[in-house]
Amino acid sequence: MKGLAFDVSHMLAGGLVLTSFLLLYQNRLYALLNMYSLQAVVLSLSVAWQAFVQDASHLYVTAFIALLFKAVVIPLTLHRIIARLGIQRDVENVVGAGTTMLAGLALVALAEVVMLRIAGGADVLAREDLAFALSVVLLGLLMMVVRRNAVSMVVGFMSLENGLILAAAGAKGMPLVVEFAVAFSVLVALVVIGVFLFRISERFDSIDAEALDSFRERGR
Amino acid sequence: MSLAPDATVVLLAVPLAASALLAVLPSYRLSAALNVAAAFAAFLAAASLFVAAPRPNAYIVIDDLNVVFIVLNTFVGFTASVFSATYIAHEIDTGRLGATHLRFYHAMYQFLLFAMNLALIANNIGLMWVAIELATLTTVLMVGIYRTQAAIEAAWKYFILGSVGIALALFGTILIYMAAQPVVGEGVPAMLWTTLIEHAPQFDETLLDLAFVFLLLGYGTKVGLAPLHAWLPDAHAEGPTPISAVLSGLLLNVALYAVLRFKLLLDGNARALAPGPLMVTLGLVSTVFAAFMLYRRRDVKRMFAYSSIEHMGIIVFAFGVGGPLANFAGLLHMAMHSLTKSAIFYAVGQIAQVKGTQQIAEIRGLTVSHPLLGWSLVFGVFAIVGLPPMGVFMSEFLIVSSAFERAPWLALTLAAGVLLALGALVLRMQGMAFGAPVGPTAPAKASALPMLSHFALVLIAGVWLPPPLVAWFQHVAQLLR
Repeated sequence: MKGLAFDVSHMLAGGLVLTSFLLLYQNRLYALLNMYSLQAVVLSLSVAWQAFVQDASHLYVTAFIALLFKAVVIPLTLHRIIARLGIQRDVENVVGAGTTMLAGLALVALAEVVMLRIAGGADVLAREDLAFALSVVLLGLLMMVVRRNAVSMVVGFMSLENGLILAAAGAKGMPLVVEFAVAFSVLVALVVIGVFLFRISERFDSIDAEALDSFRERGR
Repeated sequence: MSLAPDATVVLLAVPLAASALLAVLPSYRLSAALNVAAAFAAFLAAASLFVAAPRPNAYIVIDDLNVVFIVLNTFVGFTASVFSATYIAHEIDTGRLGATHLRFYHAMYQFLLFAMNLALIANNIGLMWVAIELATLTTVLMVGIYRTQAAIEAAWKYFILGSVGIALALFGTILIYMAAQPVVGEGVPAMLWTTLIEHAPQFDETLLDLAFVFLLLGYGTKVGLAPLHAWLPDAHAEGPTPISAVLSGLLLNVALYAVLRFKLLLDGNARALAPGPLMVTLGLVSTVFAAFMLYRRRDVKRMFAYSSIEHMGIIVFAFGVGGPLANFAGLLHMAMHSLTKSAIFYAVGQIAQVKGTQQIAEIRGLTVSHPLLGWSLVFGVFAIVGLPPMGVFMSEFLIVSSAFERAPWLALTLAAGVLLALGALVLRMQGMAFGAPVGPTAPAKASALPMLSHFALVLIAGVWLPPPLVAWFQHVAQLLR
């Protein structure tokens, strides 16, 4: 049982990292949203498995929130927003897909190296889970950096957050995991509302010198 | 838990109840008064903590460290609410804000105070994280309240950068739990400050190190440390001025408090990495960077926002250097910066209202057209750049001299940053305060009382610090190592 529990949670967490990579090279918004739904489903399976292994019933609630909210409600809402606002369907990348994937690989390697150094203390299962979670977090950050479009930046943030939920669920007996999931759902909902209300379609590129000039120095 | 209403219950319940009530009250005069009253009640409750602190439980902890933060926070929260009452009246007159906006504004103001109080007194690191997230979201909504293109851009930028910071901080929080769990056991105790600090020596040091890096970057984003500061100038410049004062004077301190708490855990573990050098580096970079950025500013609120980055850098530097003297100076500098900077924002808010602009170039000769405001600005700038005899001078002097013993080159770099900032601020202030006045000369309607009381406190603190306060700060400084 111990071996099986370990392997299954390993596989699911690895699946999450894999979907993060899939998110990185999508170049159409709808495909990106579908891929995000897939990641949310994998996350909810992973959290549910943790709930079963750790015998922690409150984690089922987290898994359910992930399934309902992240896999269905948010992607559907974003679909409608994209249609209503007529946002450009192609995603512009700042960096090419190949370079992005290489950077992603480097980040995953970094996460593994950092986590494997943690020898004692935490048990093996939690440690491996944490390494995967850190990879997902870093890949989410990478996605926020390389995308120009506001919706795909939001998706990047949400996938980053999936990594956090995975880490929290993997930490044995951690209290407040449900609350964290709810708090993040509120955050994400507000982001989505923000995109819709203020018709934000471009992200703010603070590295872009032109944008800086127009924003910071137009006589302000 | 006893049902007797102790001070911490008042600290949380009063702002929360006031927030709910203010959301439905239609009259803005009444809401402004209620806002002031609720903030004052919270301040009284906070002050009573000096006398009788409740025992720590699973939710709340009051110790010598956070009492300083709570009292400072509720005091500035109270004076900002007084300033806000008159500021808001002007915004109604000019039609920049409508009645619905004001209801929202007042409800959010109290909710922000609630979230910050909760973050400061929470015993649970998860609860503290949730509270800081709430405070962030509330300020995002308030920054965007004017609904101009620039305000929405500022709010959105703040939102995204703040959310990433918050996310990194949560990852750090989870890592802390994982470090604590094998030692303390599963469940709530492994997230309580009181048990964490007790068992810190036995934690796995690599997990602690990693956690601190995430926490420093995450909460450091909220402190406004360079290079994570990009949200701060925009958020200060585009929101209502009382909120700029609250952001600079309070919210940055709350995030700093979180960093300090986690630093204590690392200090408690002999094998863990020393957090000092990381904090010293970030602090120095922020100070010097902000000092250079000050020279090119054209918007007065944006300029003082960069000054806040500089001062948060100095404070983080002081705590990074560590030791009783530097910690004492860091605490003192934090208090002095909160008081001075919020008073400057009160002055700048009024100036922007009477002149109808935030452009430094379009504000001239204030000491002639508005003597009180003009001289207040002069005094405020002299105080914030650290000229004697004001409080900031004393704390900056202590920081530089205590750092000089340990690392002369770092101390010199910090001093250079402080002097650069002095040059920039005095240069811009001269243009605004002196010369022939231009633009509208209508008198300021807002109350000058909050501003003047802050300035009086800063001046008194520079000349004479009450011995009990010194003793208290010294005690906390030793606690911080």
